[in-house]
Amino acid sequence: MNHARRWSDQLSEELGSGASAELLSVDNVSLSFGGVKAIADISFDILKGEVRAIIGPNGAGKTSMLNVINGFYHPQEGIITFRGKQRRRMKPYQAAASGIARTFQNVALFKGMSTLDNIMSGRSLKMHCGFLWQVVHIGPARSEEIRHRRRVEEIIDFLEIAHIRKQPVGKLPYGLQKRVELGRAMAMEPELLLLDEPMAGMNLEEKEDMSRFIIDLNSEFGTTIALIEHDMGVVMDLADRVVVLDYGRKIADGTPAEVQANQDVIDAYLGVAH
Amino acid sequence: MLYREAGQFKTSYAADQALLPILQDRIGLSLILLVAFVGIPLLATDFFIGSVMIPFLVFSLAAIGLNILTGYAGQLSLGTGAFMGVGAYACYKLTTYFPDINIILLILFSGVFSAAAGVLFGLPSLRIKGLYLAITTLAAQFFLEWCFIRIAWLYNYNDSGAIEVPTRKLLDIAITGASATPVVRYLVIISVVTLMALVAANVLRGRIGRSWMMIRDMDIAAELMGIRPLRAKLSAFAFSSYYCGVAGALMVFMWIGSAEVESFDINHSFLVLFMVIIGGMGSLLGCFLGAAFIWVLPIIIRAVPQLIGLDLLAATTEHLTNIIIGVLIIFFLIVEPHGLARLWQLGKEKLRTWPFPYASN
Amino acid sequence: MDILHSIFVAPFIDMGAYPDFLLQVIWEGFVAGVLYSLIALGFVLIYKASGVFNFAQGIMVVFAALVLVSLHEMGMPAWVAVLVSVVVMGLLAIGVERFVLRKLVNQHDAILLMATIGLTLVLKGSGQLIFGGEPKPMITRELGLPTGASDWEVFGGVVIFQHIDIAATVVALLMVLALAVFFSKTRIGRALRAVADDHQAALSVGISLHQIWAIVWFAAGIVALVTGIMWGARSEVSFALEIIALKALAVLILGGFTSIPGAIVGGLVIGIGEKLFEVYWGALFGSGVEAWFAYVLALIFLLFRPQGLFGERIIERV
Repeated sequence: MNHARRWSDQLSEELGSGASAELLSVDNVSLSFGGVKAIADISFDILKGEVRAIIGPNGAGKTSMLNVINGFYHPQEGIITFRGKQRRRMKPYQAAASGIARTFQNVALFKGMSTLDNIMSGRSLKMHCGFLWQVVHIGPARSEEIRHRRRVEEIIDFLEIAHIRKQPVGKLPYGLQKRVELGRAMAMEPELLLLDEPMAGMNLEEKEDMSRFIIDLNSEFGTTIALIEHDMGVVMDLADRVVVLDYGRKIADGTPAEVQANQDVIDAYLGVAH
Repeated sequence: MLYREAGQFKTSYAADQALLPILQDRIGLSLILLVAFVGIPLLATDFFIGSVMIPFLVFSLAAIGLNILTGYAGQLSLGTGAFMGVGAYACYKLTTYFPDINIILLILFSGVFSAAAGVLFGLPSLRIKGLYLAITTLAAQFFLEWCFIRIAWLYNYNDSGAIEVPTRKLLDIAITGASATPVVRYLVIISVVTLMALVAANVLRGRIGRSWMMIRDMDIAAELMGIRPLRAKLSAFAFSSYYCGVAGALMVFMWIGSAEVESFDINHSFLVLFMVIIGGMGSLLGCFLGAAFIWVLPIIIRAVPQLIGLDLLAATTEHLTNIIIGVLIIFFLIVEPHGLARLWQLGKEKLRTWPFPYASN
Repeated sequence: MDILHSIFVAPFIDMGAYPDFLLQVIWEGFVAGVLYSLIALGFVLIYKASGVFNFAQGIMVVFAALVLVSLHEMGMPAWVAVLVSVVVMGLLAIGVERFVLRKLVNQHDAILLMATIGLTLVLKGSGQLIFGGEPKPMITRELGLPTGASDWEVFGGVVIFQHIDIAATVVALLMVLALAVFFSKTRIGRALRAVADDHQAALSVGISLHQIWAIVWFAAGIVALVTGIMWGARSEVSFALEIIALKALAVLILGGFTSIPGAIVGGLVIGIGEKLFEVYWGALFGSGVEAWFAYVLALIFLLFRPQGLFGERIIERV
């Protein structure tokens, strides 16, 4: 938590000096399925280097928002600007190539592969060795594999999962699966990391571990993070800024303290008598 | 006691990523290769080589092809037989037009044609998943079968509608056609199969193989990690069909010597699928185990009643084989979906810890 | 230009010139389509209730018909043989549920498909072992099914209707109606729809999945028996039907895996389509196009409407 505070101090300094840049901005995005509006005219931005939380009650459109950001859903209206490039429609793999990685609400690991292979799969975009070299698996193909293995081993060390390196992920306990999934996203070395409920279903100790990884990832590697989380304690401690959604609309945006004091947010969470 | 990697420390990632990191496995494989390349040609009878080993190897190669697509890339195909046929007919046409080019090269090249057919029929896989895709491969199966009958050009307008393999030589030794001895044909096949199995192992453990497995396990996550689904799926179709095509060409040129459309019908597609299921999806070793099992089982069923004095009709053994294979498929899917290959692995685990069954790692 | 003419113009001129022949072709296609629909119906029943893509439906048709014919050969009166065949299909359903489905709960659908391919082999092997592999005639007369044909003079020509074809259509219609009533009006039917919707939710309100699965497989078995009788009466009871039955898969693609109306419409479209294509366009390609027409049509259709004629649009989630 200290890390987070320190980081936000640093951030405000940067803000003061005007050095902070907008990494991603979402402008007037609307998304609907058939007649159902999942997201209605939402705008917000994510600054380089910050931890940005997206919160809201169930069904508020948080996951849909992430799906829009990384190209899985195509919004009917609105523009998304990432690293200065504007787009509305983009394929998920193009989003990945432009530097967006994510984890999933329900763990979406490659179940038939080992921890090591799962994290290696995060390096896919950085490996280019051609088919013919792959066939013989000597020279460039081999050295490329080993180079990336070294990087992956660093991530394995960072996440403290060396002991399950060669185990198939399908049989790991849930908390470890979430950690492997984080490792897989880290291996992409993304500019922007989207975490969809990274701590759902975890016990306190596991949550603390995960929080520590997120803070370190943000402060040591400088990765910008956008996370969805229901545990308000975690959100308030980790996030630099929070955007609140309800029924597909944005109802608040600001620092954790501002959001906590916002009457609309309180109404959305506690319900309000009409 | 014997099978244990204790004391074999890896000091580099290269050593850890080797195909066979454990010494005992390397010794075992070397022994198998020694037997396959030297022992069998020297000692085995022509019947054993011609009726057991050669079909076994051909089907192993086809099973590798299907396993790449189904076991590694997760795209169920029921059109293996037809893709084998494309390779066989392509090879036949090639050697008709270019009789002077070495037949082994032509066999290896004929796979390119079935790879192209694979890509063509794999195109729908971008929009269609799972069971639906299995049905589009049925379209490939029946459409190509029809082509093998209707396009007389494919079999050089023979009245019989069959292709007859001409004699082709390498260094004055006949390697195809009626005059080629089983041993020679066997040596050609085992060389091709060994080489191609090695290539498959290399591709599967690298970037490309991983991209297939990513698509198989969780296609959405794979796409969000930068894998292009179309490219990954089509490359799997191409690579897989190449193997099936070469297997088909080998089957006709090196094993049965002539072929008509029945050699590539849907029953063969199923046969190879059974090999993959029983051998183990997602395992190269499983391809060999499955092919051996399915090919050898009928031979045993034929032989055993004779040994104990029963006289079964040929048809009866065929029906019994069907029942047993069917039961085994269900059994394996229920008990061990990863087939014989996983059983083998479990056996090795047991060996590692023997005689202390509860010791882990 | 010639080729365009023979694809786009000549066949339609032929159709217009001999409308009685066209009508005959459509009728033949229609009847074949009815039988495809019946096989597809068996698939849909099982898929809806258990999510299993039952590859064995085709062989179940052959198996059921073989049991019936063989029982009659052994001296059983026709209607007793029918009842015993129904019992056999019931036992098969219970066996499949107990020894296959129950053990494969929650498996990937491709695994379930492959298990039914295994089941196909078992049924085929045991059918051939017990009853022999040779084709057998169906006991049409003994079952009281009509034979013979009627002529209908129309468009200055004659269209021939085989009575058995008319009977097949009527029986198929009755069966679809019976199933519809069964699904919408009975307690088991409601439970079945609940299971089709959500396995776990159905379980939680006290519906037994095992029971439901056995019942749908039994229902599919009865559909198979009826299909087998009709098919057998039109030609003969043989294992060759197994390959033809695969066309029902193409029917399912057109109709969607879960829609009974879809199965019927899909079957008719494919039955009529392939007959028309064979008769009017077949010569262009060299005959035998019936072997692949259904699949290629399904393939093309899939590219434009992956969810089938009556399926709902699929929204993917992560």
